[in-house]
Amino acid sequence: MSFLENYIHYLGSFGLILIGLYVVLVKSNLVKVIIGINLIDTGVNLFLISVGYIRMGTAPIFSRATTTAEGMVDPVPQALVLTAIVIGVSVLGLALSVAIRLYGHYGTLDLRKIRDLKW
Amino acid sequence: MRTVVSLMLIAIVAAGIIVSLSQAPVGAEAARQEGRLKQDDVNFGRYYNNRALEETGAANVVASVVVSYRGLDTLGEVAVLFIAALGVATLLRTKQERKPKGEVEQASLIVFTGCRFLFPLILLFAAYIFAHGHLTPGGGFQGGAVTASGFVLIYLGCRGRAVGAKQLSATESLSGLVFVITGLVGLALGGSFLLNFLPRGTTYALFSAGVIPIIYIAIGLKVSSELGGIVGTLAGEGE
Repeated sequence: MSFLENYIHYLGSFGLILIGLYVVLVKSNLVKVIIGINLIDTGVNLFLISVGYIRMGTAPIFSRATTTAEGMVDPVPQALVLTAIVIGVSVLGLALSVAIRLYGHYGTLDLRKIRDLKW
Repeated sequence: MRTVVSLMLIAIVAAGIIVSLSQAPVGAEAARQEGRLKQDDVNFGRYYNNRALEETGAANVVASVVVSYRGLDTLGEVAVLFIAALGVATLLRTKQERKPKGEVEQASLIVFTGCRFLFPLILLFAAYIFAHGHLTPGGGFQGGAVTASGFVLIYLGCRGRAVGAKQLSATESLSGLVFVITGLVGLALGGSFLLNFLPRGTTYALFSAGVIPIIYIAIGLKVSSELGGIVGTLAGEGE
């Protein structure tokens, strides 16, 4: 029970990463592959956040109520993930535009039917 | 066949993760249980939490990490965002091979009315988020994402009211310029890029923390215009 309580977010993040890896490797629809890449992205973000987490910790923001740094979680992974989420969105847009271009050129999104991409 | 090979590969990756993580304590919680979290030289997140309020004057420690301690990283990340937006525009904004897709279906009355009513409120909320980034949860990147959601609503509901691509790219270039020039002024005055050269002001006041609100507002406008441009290009409003 205590193992689960301590490590549940790590299990969740690696679960997300492995599910995303499965989708990327197995699915043949390009849009589904992009969704899988996004799942991996989310898993990595969750992992980074949970590395900095302290049990019962508070957000690293001072206010009139919170004037000491005691019990605050690590701000560095939060700063990293904050930018990584926005960059993830823009990379998702880039991947979708590549998919639109591929569809315009081949007329299909099935990776098995697109020439030179078989494995 | 493909599924079997993929499952074997995933099993290998999972075994690698389990083996590497079960050998050593990972994360801040494990460090706290071993009593190492108190040492400033071991945990520099702790260092930032203890010093950020007096060193930068920003109540939000994440904001002072993003803009002040790691400002150069943030400049690089904004550049990555810019390159992604540029890639989307390059891929989709070509004249040839673009055939007319027929009439765009009109949005329903609820979406049409709702988007005209909600879009200014969304912009106001985003401006609040990135102007108060040094005081409350939020900041330039989050406010930019909120603005982008407003642009999605515009392209779903009332396409005629979309912001032109020229205005978006002008906003983007100007705000990027503000970011770089603020950094260069710090370099000229105090000898380090992105130095916090303005007075810190009263803590918890809106005009405090020196250059952090200026840079965060610039980042907010830049992220807003880049994500808005990406959404607009994907929605086919590019020309």
